[in-house]
Amino acid sequence: MTATATPPVTDRRAPAAAPRRRKYDAERLFNRVALGALVAFALLWLVPLVWALATSIRPAQEVITDPTSWFTAHPTLAAYEDIFAAGKLPYWYANSFITSVLTTVLTVVAASLAAFALSQTRFRARRAAFVLLLAGIMIPGQVLMIPQFLALQAAGLLNTYWGVVLPQVPNVVAVFVFKQFFDGIPRELIDAARADGASWLRTYRQIVMPLSRPVVSAVTIFVFVGVWNNFLWPLLVVTDPEMMTLPVGLTSVQDVFGVPYAQLMASAVLGAIPLVTVFLLFQRRIVEGIAGTGLK
Amino acid sequence: MATTTAPTEARGRGDRWAGPGMLLPFSLFYLLFLVGPLVYTVVAGFFDTSLLTSGLGDFAGLSNYTAVLSDDEFWRTLRNTLWFTVLTTVPLVLLSLVLAILADRFVRGRWFFRFAFFAPFVLPSAVVALLFTFIYADQVGLAHEVTTWFGVDTPPSWLGDPDWAMISIAAATVWWTLGFNFVLYLAGLQDIPRSVHEAAAIDGAGPWQRIRHVVVPMLGRTTTLVTVLQVVASLKVFDQIYMLTMGGPDGSTRSSLQLIYDTGFVEGRVGYASTVSLLLFVVILLVSLVWFALVRRAEKER
Repeated sequence: MTATATPPVTDRRAPAAAPRRRKYDAERLFNRVALGALVAFALLWLVPLVWALATSIRPAQEVITDPTSWFTAHPTLAAYEDIFAAGKLPYWYANSFITSVLTTVLTVVAASLAAFALSQTRFRARRAAFVLLLAGIMIPGQVLMIPQFLALQAAGLLNTYWGVVLPQVPNVVAVFVFKQFFDGIPRELIDAARADGASWLRTYRQIVMPLSRPVVSAVTIFVFVGVWNNFLWPLLVVTDPEMMTLPVGLTSVQDVFGVPYAQLMASAVLGAIPLVTVFLLFQRRIVEGIAGTGLK
Repeated sequence: MATTTAPTEARGRGDRWAGPGMLLPFSLFYLLFLVGPLVYTVVAGFFDTSLLTSGLGDFAGLSNYTAVLSDDEFWRTLRNTLWFTVLTTVPLVLLSLVLAILADRFVRGRWFFRFAFFAPFVLPSAVVALLFTFIYADQVGLAHEVTTWFGVDTPPSWLGDPDWAMISIAAATVWWTLGFNFVLYLAGLQDIPRSVHEAAAIDGAGPWQRIRHVVVPMLGRTTTLVTVLQVVASLKVFDQIYMLTMGGPDGSTRSSLQLIYDTGFVEGRVGYASTVSLLLFVVILLVSLVWFALVRRAEKER
């Protein structure tokens, strides 16, 4: 949320030797306009975040008398204290973390095993299995929320971690991302391991997975972010405040406070902090991971 | 099909089952939570299934289908959903394309743009809803304040006016998810070799011409991908609408997924809700199939 930008200059794609002076000027003018537009949009995009942060540390009385001001002479953490007092925030952070980690681990293991089987081993129904899974990409999970809910209810898994986790594991996209990567592993490498007497499982564990760190981190990131931010599913299966995930818990606090905007913004900030921090730390990797899974 | 490779045969029986065995864990999840529920949805559409009684209930034939298709609310929520899809897809595809092309020209500041545009995308929908509850608040919100700067004395109630509510929600969604498309476009731009730019520049093409005639056409595949991912995501809208307006005012922002949620979970009419689910599924399926057809054609042209 810090908006201290290094001035973005230099154009790597400007033609090295512009044939004519006029051309060069046009290029520079275009870059100036482009930069101006970009900076304007980027600042506009930061407004809601900065405004939330600014409002959350203002005294409640001040927000009422002058709601749209950005500054306060008396910064306070009162709104944050209210949120911690009213909700079960530590539980929600923990629940979100536990369910996201569980789902991510299960997805990465199950999806990479399946992708390895489809990519490297040979068996009778392999192609059929591949086509069946491919079809799954087109099934929008949310549309199936009713039977998924009924199944978990029948299994007695409402208000449990497993109830939040299990239906989110069959992530077909993850299988395809893994398979794409495994298809590119040189065949000789695997044949060599096999010739040495390694079982398929061992080949997967000791040869293929160590080579697959980039794709594992890409899948980890997009699954984790998706599960962490999922709203509809935990809203359905969790009603016990101590079992709620962060997004569901935060909306329940909103119902308690109604209008006081300082508290509203404080809960927004509290909800934003974990992933925004992670994003700041691993910006490059996250962006590449997400871009890599969508394309190619 | 006994075409196993030589080393496999040497290893005997256990090996034949390695492939299917490794496929098994994922397949179980897949069958339990996707295929099973899909089958249930199809079947329940033909029954008077209710959340209050156990089992499927009485056989209802096609009565759910006639009920849904003659229900004005079904068509209205579908219209709302399509309207939201148009309102979000157009800016989310075009604006992210423009911003990515511009950001691609700068090396040193790119991390800042990437942060500004992508950071909102990692926020939970609940946080986005909290932020925009305040931004769109009547009288005291930022949106109200800013419109008065432009000389509008009585700005509309952004979330309370049926004509504006969906537009406001769409704008919030554009802010929230633009970064994802932006990043996909940046990745697409990375794949355009530098020599292409240089060749076009030497041929005397100005920056604007290079973008129009070289860069945008070369991003064609990315644009198809971004558009379809966007349309499919927008057709499944629920979270931000549910939290910002609950589908109001007067149902003007109620989406198809919320109709499923309301009829299924609030009213307990599972049979009816299943029918709506299946129809929404068909709409999304058609969009995906059109995408596959387009991609395949584009790849053949190469």
